[in-house]
Amino acid sequence: MGSTVATGRVAGKVAFITGAARGQGRSHAVKLASEGADIIALDICEDLPFAHSPHATWADMEETVRLVEAAGGRIVARKADVRSREQIDAVLAEGLEAFGKIDVVIANAAAIAYKNVLDITVEEFEATLDVNLHGVFNTVQTPVRHMIERNEGGSIILISSGVAYRATPSPDYSAAKTALITFARALANELGPNRIRVNTIEPGYVLTPALDNDKYGERTAELLGREPFASREEHRAAMWDQFKPRNMLPVGWVEPEAISNAVLWLASDESRYVTAEELKVDAGFADKSA
Amino acid sequence: MGRVEGKVAFITGAARGQGRSHAVRLAEEGASIIAVDICHDVDLIAMPLATREDLEETVREVEAIGGRIVAREADVRDSAQLEAALADGIAAFGPPDIVVTSAGVVPFVPFPTMSEATWRTTIDVNLTGVYRTVKAALPSMVEAGKGGSIVFISSGIVFRGGGLVVDYASSKAGVVGLMRSLALELGPHGIRVNTIFPTNVLTKMLDNEVFGAVVSNAVNEGRPFESREQRVEAMRGMLAARNMIPLGWIEPKDISEGVLFLASDEARYITSESLRIDLGFGGK
Ligand SMILES: NC(=O)c1ccc[n+]([C@@H]2O[C@H](COP(=O)([O-])OP(=O)(O)OC[C@H]3O[C@@H](n4cnc5c(N)ncnc54)[C@H](O)[C@@H]3O)[C@@H](O)[C@H]2O)c1
Ligand SMILES: NC(=O)c1ccc[n+]([C@@H]2O[C@H](COP(=O)([O-])OP(=O)(O)OC[C@H]3O[C@@H](n4cnc5c(N)ncnc54)[C@H](O)[C@@H]3O)[C@@H](O)[C@H]2O)c1
Repeated sequence: MGSTVATGRVAGKVAFITGAARGQGRSHAVKLASEGADIIALDICEDLPFAHSPHATWADMEETVRLVEAAGGRIVARKADVRSREQIDAVLAEGLEAFGKIDVVIANAAAIAYKNVLDITVEEFEATLDVNLHGVFNTVQTPVRHMIERNEGGSIILISSGVAYRATPSPDYSAAKTALITFARALANELGPNRIRVNTIEPGYVLTPALDNDKYGERTAELLGREPFASREEHRAAMWDQFKPRNMLPVGWVEPEAISNAVLWLASDESRYVTAEELKVDAGFADKSA
Repeated sequence: MGRVEGKVAFITGAARGQGRSHAVRLAEEGASIIAVDICHDVDLIAMPLATREDLEETVREVEAIGGRIVAREADVRDSAQLEAALADGIAAFGPPDIVVTSAGVVPFVPFPTMSEATWRTTIDVNLTGVYRTVKAALPSMVEAGKGGSIVFISSGIVFRGGGLVVDYASSKAGVVGLMRSLALELGPHGIRVNTIFPTNVLTKMLDNEVFGAVVSNAVNEGRPFESREQRVEAMRGMLAARNMIPLGWIEPKDISEGVLFLASDEARYITSESLRIDLGFGGK
């Protein structure tokens, strides 16, 4: 790629994305890069003992880097844990060194224990909040200070979930994801005068490694009261049939790119007056009578 | 390649204001436009509505950017008029993929003196008018079997109390119920139904003497303003305080960007969504 002037719907912007090694985070990185943005990416690239499913690996992050560069973007990608302000700030310092500013923040990293309210321990409950709520606070505070100082506004996007609107058997995850909505509203109100917009996206079901893995397959079989799935394909087909009746549109899940389209719109100046908004990308999941 | 290339958009209230802006923006991104507007005033609505010249200006602006448009006078209170206008549009471009309901009125009357006739007029245009618009467009959309995107224009007032708008707020909230149930019913056809909630937009709906009197009562002790400039400045101060981003209003094009996003395939999995484009008004 030559050093031509970037074009696209977010040309010249710099976006900071957490949980960017795979799944939706990777998709956001590639989409924003293809529309002209530079990317600062981090991911823990390591499993967490309390978390139900395996997390991304460094090889996953290398693939994100490859795809962003193939889309014509520049990227600073590092291994870091959103529970650590120190680690986040170190990545941001490198990102600022490379690109000079931060216009967009996408708090996407998340972990989940997948346990019922009677089984989950308070330690596990706290561990989920640590990543999904405190981790988001950690992710946004330093960039917000930078944005206020720079005085050119900004767009902060928190990835919440459709579980904020409908019951699911994951009390830890539901509590953290719902808290993001009121957190965003408070933040939007405080930062409005600085033209910093704060919005949440509530995805419905998205087929990413968070669902598409063997451990989640075991959990699905358990919840459905049936014997283990013979293959990943069988698990996927069962999930599609399980989720589809919960959506208004006749699909079981949406692709990561569908979420990225919403991220792109909120990141771009097309939505310059949109703040404190809850944007559902969910095939009608939240509003459907169960 | 535009973001709604080859699609057909049916837009009500398209002679001026936000509706005109949607027509131009969607045309810019490759859609053909079927535009309708009443183009005359309505009994019991004190503020002037659009004119025939306004609708002609929309046609001119769409064509100036190379777009295609069929524009007709039609009242959303009259199904036959809507169907006739659509028939002309469908003959030219084929069935609509996109429907945008922007036609609306607001009488700004205090509740104690509001007549039932005024209440009925507002509901008839803003709520039943939306029902009629969808009713008129739907058969051809379902028959075409290509899915579609319906975008209602409600109002941020649904989330917060406002003065002199009991009829208007009720009509705009009704649209939300209509959206959810319709989204559920039309989901199997791949037809998505979403609603946008604008904060204030400085169109003729606010930039007129009827709303000017409301502002004057609120912030100028009922004394008339000496000029339009003075009126607009008073309006700005009064309205900015209600928004998280402290501006008085946004531009029609900000709503058009939301319409474009929801109308495009980028939003192919978004349905029953309440999209606020409102400077944070609804959450403040
Ligand atoms: N997949 C769905 O159905 C679904 C539905 C609604 C919301 N979401 C949300 O979407 C977002 C993206 O999830 P996904 O579906 O792409 O799943 P994913 O598991 O593929 O992605 C999450 C990423 O976060 C990383 N991560 C976990 N803990 C971290 C930490 N402490 N520090 C840094 N990185 C960490 C993981 O390594 C992983 O790469 C999450 O916030 C999730 O809660 C997902
Ligand atoms: N301007 C604002 O501050 C604001 C705020 C929130 C919501 N809205 C909504 O946005 C939409 C567009 O309003 P606008 O700001 O462009 O105002 P506007 O008055 O410029 O546009 C409304 C259009 O609807 C047309 N119309 C009225 N009654 C009609 C009927 N019976 N049949 C067909 N057409 C009819 C009018 O002639 C006019 O062209 C409206 O639904 C309005 O309620 C406006």
